[in-house]
Amino acid sequence: MATKQTRALARTMMAPAVIVLFIWMIVPLVMTLWFSFQNYSLINPMMTGFAGWANYVYVIGDPSFTQSLINTLLLVGGVLLITVIGGTFLALLLDQPIWGQGILRIIVISPFFVMPPVAALIWKNGFMHPGYGMLGHLWKFFGLQPVDWFNQYPLFSVIVIVAWQWLPFATLILLTALQSLSEEQREASEMDGANAVNRFRYIILPHMARAITIVILIQTIFLLGIFAEIRVTTGGGPGYASTNIAFLVFRTGILSNDIGAGSAGGVVAVIIANVVAIFLMRAVGKNLDA
Amino acid sequence: MGSITLEHVNKSFGEVEIIPDISLDIEDGEFVVFVGPSGCGKSTLLRLIAGLEDTTSGKILLDGQDVTDAPPARRGLAMVFQSYALYPHMSVRDNIAFPLKMAKMPQAEIDKKVDYAARTLNLGSYLDRRPRALSGGQRQRVAIGRAIVREPKAFLFDEPLSNLDAALRVNMRLEITELHQQLKTTMIYVTHDQVEAMTMADRIVVLNAGNVEQFGSPLDLYKKPANRFVAGFIGSPKMNFVDGPEAAKHNAHSIGVRPEHFKLSTTEGAWKGTVGVAEQLGSDTFLHVQTDGLGLMTIRTDGDQTFSHGDVVYLTPDPTRIYKFDAAGKAL
Amino acid sequence: MARRVSVQTRIGFTVLAWVIALLLFSPILWTLLTAFKTEAEAIASRPTFFPQNFTLENFGAVQERSDYFKHAINSILVSFGSTILGLIIGIPAAWSMAFAPSKRTKDILMWMLSTKMMPAVGVLIPIYLIFRDLRLLDTVHGLTLIMTLINLPIIIWMLYTYFKEIPVDILEAARMDGAELWNEITHVLVPMAVPGIASTLLLNVILAWNEAFWTITLTSGRAGTLTAFISSFSSPQGLFLAKLSAASLLAIAPILLVGWFSQKQLVRGLTFGAVK
Repeated sequence: MATKQTRALARTMMAPAVIVLFIWMIVPLVMTLWFSFQNYSLINPMMTGFAGWANYVYVIGDPSFTQSLINTLLLVGGVLLITVIGGTFLALLLDQPIWGQGILRIIVISPFFVMPPVAALIWKNGFMHPGYGMLGHLWKFFGLQPVDWFNQYPLFSVIVIVAWQWLPFATLILLTALQSLSEEQREASEMDGANAVNRFRYIILPHMARAITIVILIQTIFLLGIFAEIRVTTGGGPGYASTNIAFLVFRTGILSNDIGAGSAGGVVAVIIANVVAIFLMRAVGKNLDA
Repeated sequence: MGSITLEHVNKSFGEVEIIPDISLDIEDGEFVVFVGPSGCGKSTLLRLIAGLEDTTSGKILLDGQDVTDAPPARRGLAMVFQSYALYPHMSVRDNIAFPLKMAKMPQAEIDKKVDYAARTLNLGSYLDRRPRALSGGQRQRVAIGRAIVREPKAFLFDEPLSNLDAALRVNMRLEITELHQQLKTTMIYVTHDQVEAMTMADRIVVLNAGNVEQFGSPLDLYKKPANRFVAGFIGSPKMNFVDGPEAAKHNAHSIGVRPEHFKLSTTEGAWKGTVGVAEQLGSDTFLHVQTDGLGLMTIRTDGDQTFSHGDVVYLTPDPTRIYKFDAAGKAL
Repeated sequence: MARRVSVQTRIGFTVLAWVIALLLFSPILWTLLTAFKTEAEAIASRPTFFPQNFTLENFGAVQERSDYFKHAINSILVSFGSTILGLIIGIPAAWSMAFAPSKRTKDILMWMLSTKMMPAVGVLIPIYLIFRDLRLLDTVHGLTLIMTLINLPIIIWMLYTYFKEIPVDILEAARMDGAELWNEITHVLVPMAVPGIASTLLLNVILAWNEAFWTITLTSGRAGTLTAFISSFSSPQGLFLAKLSAASLLAIAPILLVGWFSQKQLVRGLTFGAVK
């Protein structure tokens, strides 16, 4: 609690942050909404005027939209599956009494600091290239035909790269949560005769549930917007095989210069993200009271 | 100078009224203790005077000047917090110097004052340490040092001793009282401990549920409690209360007798009872006596008398020291 | 208290953990090693582990081809500039929310977080057009502005969680000691919150450094950051593998060091204080 003066001062101090964020949120969003109902192409300046739902019909009606939506879901779901399961496993492993824990932590977290285009390029050229990539060498070593990953399995390849970047994030957060489990609780469960599986099932997993929820929600927000990895590796192709919603908007709006249709796609992306956001806010909001 | 006047001060947090209506006159140089059970509003009252909270209505005057809307920085008061609230990133010297620095005093003068405060409070050898390297008692002294250097109109203490161990508390109690004798500056001291209140105060304000139950000197409060609440709160062990027909004999709704105002006998007396627990402190013995029909009573007797569980005793209250209260709890 | 396990179990876990960790690290290690190989060795049909003919010429070539230093300076300007700007706006706001909360504080915090959830593509087109009209496209200050806005919610949230841990008593003591707001913040709050402010700074520098959506879409030659620099290598045919690795190494090395340094505080920042 504070005095009226302090509170008045507090409002003044908060104002710049609130105002810039408000402008940042509202102005572009309103413009996107406006454009999405306009005929607006940078290539064809003659095409103007109110378009009604035409842009939405055009974007959503196009098969590329359905495919992008499915790709988005596969990308988000696939990466979540790999990172949450792999992250739980790795966190449990790193929580064991092992030598070099500190250094291991640093090594494991490293991929998270690699900027997306670099991650994509390393995997594309160093590992997944059929000619000189490490995976190609490995396949040849076993006498197999090297796989041309980005042409044969474009979306899967993107999932692998993104999962590699986010696995460290999941591991680090789950490990932190795991380490906050009191040793006494663990020992008590051992005294109560719980074996390793039961301990995991009844003690560790419930304790980590909240951290897992948070990992899922935060990753989802970032994963919905995956862009650079696609841009640098497949360019969304072949065809639309590895295009997600974010990349589709970029393709339509910026590459094809169709502002109206791109904006309509953007509005759809905002709606999808908001559905996720509501869940995240609830999870984080609960924590705010504690 | 440092007289403090509260005029019909009211403080509410939303719907909750913490302090309904308080008026007080604190004279310059007085040592006033606000005492009461937790949640009685004593800390809130202190924070209102400090300016850390604002009044919902009413006025606060400092030396006759209305400071109701002045921010704490402009009131010229110093406060010692329960947690000491030392600046952890500053040395003891910088902690004590901080208010002077804020007042833009020249460095030479700051040094002089800090050294003086450090000598007064025996902090000389700790001046370059960080607060975290100090013991509780030393931190307390630094907090006091920080308060005295700026020569405030009044000192405000918010339960400053409650984080110290018992022995240290007695020491600091003496030191603060000593300090008051020396400085003769107004001090307002908040505590829930009636022993601190009794030993330190010139005058005590007993607060309950945001109301002033009584404002007077320690002996006044002990001898002439205004009501049953004050009677029960001041004095240790607590006063014994009796209701019903026994009180009606004295034309009162209830009567109270302090543990030290009984005559104790094994053979005869007004009230008969059996000894439950006998707490022997050496100098005194506190007997918890289950009386027939009047409930549990605490009796204070000298330490040489030995009683044990189950002994039958007779209690006779000193007739000149029976406190009488009406149905509303007011003293008769 | 460490758990008691047999030495065999401990060796087993240690080996397993190291194998997995090194597999995860291998793309970075590969980059590091390849950067010092000749182009011919990098694409040899029999791959080598350590560079046979250790060479630094790739780095020179990369600098020559794409001007690494210009992009690195842009990256530094944008990431530090946006973070410091964010701190200047964020510290007073976080002070308000941590120490003078009102009934709406929680809603405001939530709303700020929600702006972070708006997908960039949703606003890409208007921002692109606004930038084009204001001549902010491909400028360092334009990019810094965007980066400040996208990271401001995280900055405020992180500062808020750190400030919440500072006892309000100490700020009140400063007020009693005669400190006005400016002094309260600069002399007491900020020095006490140095560790929190430092980890906020580091995490946001990392996030801004690695941001690859706005940097790629809003810049080209002049104001390009390292993400744009590296994207210019996106179609290296054959002979460019070693140079690509050298470029990659140059782009990630600075922030990798910062990241290692600040990984302990990272979890808290990335989860908005929900996991500590």
